Amino acid sequence: MSLADFFRKKSSGDVAKDRLKFVLVSDRANCSPEVMEKIKNDIIQVISKYMEIDAEGLDIQITQTESETDNGTVPALYANIPIKELHHSTRK
Amino acid sequence: MSEVIVITSGKGGVGKTTTTANVGTGLAQLNKKVVLIDTDIGLRNLDVVMGLENRIVYNLVDVIEGNCRIKQALIKDKKYPNLALLPSAQTRDKTSVTPEQMKKLTDELREEFDYILLDCPAGIEQGFQNAIAGADRALVVTTPEVSAIRDADRIIGLLEANEIKQTQLIVNRLRMDMVKRGDMMTVEDVCEILAINLIGVVPDDEQIVISTNQGEPLVGSDALAGKAYANICRRIIGEEVPFLDLEKKANVFAKLASLFK
Repeated sequence: MSLADFFRKKSSGDVAKDRLKFVLVSDRANCSPEVMEKIKNDIIQVISKYMEIDAEGLDIQITQTESETDNGTVPALYANIPIKELHHSTRK
Repeated sequence: MSEVIVITSGKGGVGKTTTTANVGTGLAQLNKKVVLIDTDIGLRNLDVVMGLENRIVYNLVDVIEGNCRIKQALIKDKKYPNLALLPSAQTRDKTSVTPEQMKKLTDELREEFDYILLDCPAGIEQGFQNAIAGADRALVVTTPEVSAIRDADRIIGLLEANEIKQTQLIVNRLRMDMVKRGDMMTVEDVCEILAINLIGVVPDDEQIVISTNQGEPLVGSDALAGKAYANICRRIIGEEVPFLDLEKKANVFAKLASLFK
């Protein structure tokens, strides 16, 4: 590979591989959009008991992550839950 | 001991029928008794790829429904007397046959043949269920493209769920020139993603189109794809055969191409 190639953007073959890896993780987990929506709503309900969260901004997806026990990658449920305001219940 | 092998892919147009024709003919060249079954009811194709379309009298559905004996429906190949085809029905649909009936049929054919190859229809519905019902082993055909690989992954999952013991991968239509410039996934990439054993790599080859036009499988010829299919057949019967060096061919092309730049 020449130096010019090195600085060029990612080859389409690599792009294909990365995209496939992601899509297959959620395919294999067999999580339909409906199930994901249900999980999302349940998470909102539970977390809302304790803090005010931005339900609109909540994002969940199935991705891959490095396993802590062995060296392989494992599927993981990733959730990004933006908090609007913490209830200061301890300080009265 | 005879073996029932299903050739499947999920996605259509990746080369299941071409693979079935070439692997079947290749096994016949190795002196095995082989029968090919076209299980794509309603979309018959294996007959034309084999060049046997003019000899059809009875078909798969006729056999299943008892309109004829198995022997009457089997068409003997033009070149190899130890190779036969059971064509599909063109005017019926997939619901004409059940998985139980297919299993019974393949079990009967085991008595006569060493290898029973099933050309599976695209999709994962009843046609697929019929084709895998009696299978001991599966060859999953894919091309190095995102859609074909995604479907292959789904098929591999379904084969596992249906307890097909041995599933192996054929990467079809590989273009080394594109792989070299990074515009096609490598065989290693595909194997890593699908995580099953590789049994063969077939390069994209014009000769395949030509041989299909003529209704004569390419296997055994000097064309690179013909050699690749012959190697797959030898691996199927248990021989250890090294993978072809597709790089060399690509180099010749690359050199030729560079002459015209």
